[in-house]
Amino acid sequence: MLIHVENLIKIYQLGKVQVKALDNINLTIDRNEYVAVMGPSGSGKSTLMNIIGCLDVPTSGRYILNDQDVHNLTDDELAHIRNKEIGFVFQTFNLLPRATALHNVELPLIYNGTPRSKRREIAMNMLERVGLADRANHRPNELSGGQRQRVAIARALVNNPSLILADEPTGNLDSKTGEEIMQIFNELNEAGNTILLVTHEEDIARQTKRIIRLLDGQVIKDEMNQ
Amino acid sequence: MATLNAFFSHISEYLLMAWQALVSHKLRSFLTTLGILIGVTTIITIWTTIEGLNKYVFGQLSNIGASTVYVQKYPWVIKGDFWKYRNRKPVTYKEYQALAQYCNSAEHISPEVFSVKTIRYKNKKFENIFIIGSNQEYAYTANVAPEIGRFITELDVHYNRYVCVLGREVADQLFEKANPLGKKIFIGDRKYLVIGILERKGNFFGQSMDNFIIVPFGTFRRVYGGHREMRVALSTSPEKLEEMKDQIRSILRRVRKVPPTKEDDFAINQQDMLTDLYKSLTTTLFAIVFVIGGISLVVGGIGIMNIMLVSVAERTREIGIRKAIGATRKNILSQFLFEAIVISSIGGFIGIVFGFFAGNVVLSQMSLSGTVSLTSILIGFGFSGFVGVLAGFYPAYKAASLNPIDSLRYE
Repeated sequence: MLIHVENLIKIYQLGKVQVKALDNINLTIDRNEYVAVMGPSGSGKSTLMNIIGCLDVPTSGRYILNDQDVHNLTDDELAHIRNKEIGFVFQTFNLLPRATALHNVELPLIYNGTPRSKRREIAMNMLERVGLADRANHRPNELSGGQRQRVAIARALVNNPSLILADEPTGNLDSKTGEEIMQIFNELNEAGNTILLVTHEEDIARQTKRIIRLLDGQVIKDEMNQ
Repeated sequence: MATLNAFFSHISEYLLMAWQALVSHKLRSFLTTLGILIGVTTIITIWTTIEGLNKYVFGQLSNIGASTVYVQKYPWVIKGDFWKYRNRKPVTYKEYQALAQYCNSAEHISPEVFSVKTIRYKNKKFENIFIIGSNQEYAYTANVAPEIGRFITELDVHYNRYVCVLGREVADQLFEKANPLGKKIFIGDRKYLVIGILERKGNFFGQSMDNFIIVPFGTFRRVYGGHREMRVALSTSPEKLEEMKDQIRSILRRVRKVPPTKEDDFAINQQDMLTDLYKSLTTTLFAIVFVIGGISLVVGGIGIMNIMLVSVAERTREIGIRKAIGATRKNILSQFLFEAIVISSIGGFIGIVFGFFAGNVVLSQMSLSGTVSLTSILIGFGFSGFVGVLAGFYPAYKAASLNPIDSLRYE
């Protein structure tokens, strides 16, 4: 059991109106699962993703990640968990524009104090794994969308996290490139990584092994993919 | 302790990050450093100038001789009511005689009277030359020595001879390359024999100190009148200085019939009065330097803070990314704080270099000797670093407090 979510509620205060983004979510995700979270916009999938990614804390309910209760952790403790346990892949890549591909991949290692030479080596290996070793010294604006996303995936993998969280990873890519990225995710899952993927594209979701559908902050369907 | 160690091991990372951030906005970074740069340049330049000036002025004042005093009507540094001094009786020949007779703690005593005359040699004529009437002791009280020829002797004074000793500049102007010794020059409408030329003394604040003529005291009095105001110079060894001053006071109070209840109606002037005056002037100057430098550093600090706030806003997304992949508040705080310190220190460093050159240029323009002192450099560095920390803290704190989700969504 990697992720265990119990009675999770998240309420946003928008002016005088309270918005219930997550309404009593219960979920368990095991190691080496390959899960897609689907739902229309406003269904709460981003909120769920932020909480699972330790970027946000729930209003109430429990969240246990890798046997660790994430409830009541300080900002810095959450940062530590994000660094160690979670690898993010975003729709907009979110690479540092002025840094090279290599430096972008190295970044998570800087924040856990890996020595410089070792950092370089690990990051280089990761770039090789996503097929971008020859682009190590290029900046994001010198790379194609697909290449950028591959750099982002290399960055997500660099600390060997328990969970890879991908938020619409193919949303900004054409279908062919999107397919290539999905191929990487599929391979990663086969290699043993746990992947949680947020998407609203059925084509993408179909490639995962389990689909969780959200609507109005509630899980309306949670089924294994054939 | 662990966090502290981690912090130190990260310093090089932060410096590198700061450097990359600054390099990516070269013009902006440069403009931001200007305030600090100007502040530090100002402080170092003026500081250097003042120190050079100090060295020079104290050097020149020491020419007067620490153990020479001048008995005069007016003190050199007038405090309070000028009229109190104006109504005093002048110092006269009678007082000189009394001092010469009774003041046995003085080693040398010279009367000094002054006038300004036109001098002439052949077809050359110079106006407004300073004429001093004194005796053979003047060489000791004023610390002058003939470079060629001889100084006035006791006999010259005794017989009221028409002889004169020229300052170096007067000699050069009148005779150019010719030998002045034995020549006769006109001072006013009297002819004097040139018996000696004094060693060069140089300039004091652009004022030549070699532009005068010394003639025997009696000759001066006979030609220009005996009731002139005068001063008496007395010199002795340093350890007898106070004793001599006491003696002068008691002799003069008796001669000038000053009642015991009244204060002295004459001044005993001494080098340290000028030194003290100069010191109080430069203290004020130092204060002004600090105010000016302080203001420009504050303005520079505000500039840095402003740019750092802009930079934090611009890089909100970067901060979000860094936080998402594991940067703690401390990481972000340090990153931006280092950026502010680096930008400020670069300004400080360039300011030190500029100040170093500007200080040396000013010194050489004023023909002063001296160097840029280590103190001023340290102060320049210290100030700029301090300003960087102060100006950078709030923006860095703001960056560290950003919420990662909102920052990631920031466009």
